[in-house]
Amino acid sequence: MSALVLIELHGAEISANSRAAVTAATQLSGAVDALVLTNDAANASAVAAISGVNTVKVVADAALEHVSAGIASKIIAGVMSDYQYLVAGSATYSKNIVPVVGALLDVQPISDVCEVKSPNTFARPLYAGNIMATVESSDEKILLTVRATSFDHAEDGGSAAIEELSVDVPESNSTFISLQESQSERPELTTADRIVSGGRGLGSKENFGLIEQLADKLDAAVGASRAAVDAGFISNDYQVGQTGKVVAPKLYMAVGISGAIQHLAGMKDSQVIVVINNDGDAPMARMADLVWNTDLFGAVQDLIDNA
Amino acid sequence: MKIIIPIKRVLDPYTQARVDKQTQMVDLTNAKMAMNPFCEIAVEEALKLKESGAASETIAVSIGTDKTVDTLRTALAMGVDRAIFIKTEGDLDLQPLHLGKILASIIKREEAGLVIMGKQAVDNDNNQTGQIISGLLGYSLGTFISKFSLSDDAQSVEVSREIDSGIETRRLHLPAIVTVDLRLNEPRYASLPNIMKARSKPLETLELSSLDIDVTPRVKVIGVVESGTKDRAAKQVSSAKELLEELTQMGVL
Repeated sequence: MSALVLIELHGAEISANSRAAVTAATQLSGAVDALVLTNDAANASAVAAISGVNTVKVVADAALEHVSAGIASKIIAGVMSDYQYLVAGSATYSKNIVPVVGALLDVQPISDVCEVKSPNTFARPLYAGNIMATVESSDEKILLTVRATSFDHAEDGGSAAIEELSVDVPESNSTFISLQESQSERPELTTADRIVSGGRGLGSKENFGLIEQLADKLDAAVGASRAAVDAGFISNDYQVGQTGKVVAPKLYMAVGISGAIQHLAGMKDSQVIVVINNDGDAPMARMADLVWNTDLFGAVQDLIDNA
Repeated sequence: MKIIIPIKRVLDPYTQARVDKQTQMVDLTNAKMAMNPFCEIAVEEALKLKESGAASETIAVSIGTDKTVDTLRTALAMGVDRAIFIKTEGDLDLQPLHLGKILASIIKREEAGLVIMGKQAVDNDNNQTGQIISGLLGYSLGTFISKFSLSDDAQSVEVSREIDSGIETRRLHLPAIVTVDLRLNEPRYASLPNIMKARSKPLETLELSSLDIDVTPRVKVIGVVESGTKDRAAKQVSSAKELLEELTQMGVL
């Protein structure tokens, strides 16, 4: 009944969604190991400190730095012979890989789990979060990706053993060319306590700069609606919503966002929602705790000056 | 090179999903249905490749009951050359692993060099089927793509993937499967003459049972509940000072 958690690393840094995956795994099994695919075995030492992890299995090879789903899934499928569960945090990293593992093991994976109800029963969202389904797996092995906003993030405090696996890394049928990373000094969107998010109402990339200024003033992350991203105000990795990032901060401030269903699905679990807009009837306003119905440029400037 | 575009008929994304109190399942009776928006983007990209001369034929494939033919006709009206309809007896709960196996068998039969499909369907939101096909067939995989270009020698494609940390660019050796994200292109509308023309384009029907694929559900839906957004208090404020005071009192600043 042991569980393997697929850890997503950025250099030596552990992605927050992987910590949520460890928590979900501990709800399923008393024997939780972690798997790290990395170009440098030294990166695994941080993983050994996560509470709840027994052993960190490390596969280190230069070819794993920007690993393809094909390679990763073959390695994981091999390691899974010793485990009943594979758990990963919902993110593009795991969504790319876990279903391929499912194909190799002939298992139907379960995406975006929000709750572990029993060893084989889980809650997951459908229809952009408008429907919550309870699903039961009859597969012998169970592969899950879990929502980082639905599980506590396992903290440091453990001291797991580290075991390096010797695996022949197979040949890849795709090659990495480049990664254009979004640089930000601000808190990371999916784990931030506060988010200031801007929509189409900002009108231009220049005006969107106001959102960034306000975020800096409040020590908040910057978010955006799909409309703002599509209009080119800011890059796609800031997009909050069903097809972007799912967030649940203490404070979500939505500026100039009308509130399309798919945006609401990505932030509806926020603790306090503030809407600043010049359209009091927008869907966004109905789900707000606080609404400021006003000219949004003046409002944001006032907040920057007063915060 | 043949391109296969698997497409799905889903509840119109601008319609609110409702739960049928009797069956405890999502109610699709008389609901407005449409082609999954990500599939439209996949169709558009395939058509652009055909128009550039890089593809010999574009083939849309869909799986479901008779009404699925409407969605295939939409793809034909957009400009796809022909369609394959995998017919199921009644509404089966087909899951990505089943869909992957069915589609893999068609992709092999057609010897397609490229599969272009949506990254997810907006009903079940699984985001799995393309990845599963690549695992079953051993094809190279590019998920969440927002840019696509075929190499001059037509042996590989370069794709930009929208991933959490930014944009990753990879070269995929053909045959390949790509799953498309929102920003890849703007899908075209079917013109009236093309809608007429689509009626005479070839549409092959295959009985699912003839493919000899085990479609026993692996994951059973026990029940569903509506969990849509709840209206909140929506207290009005009228100044920055007032707003900041409220937030401080709520303990979130």
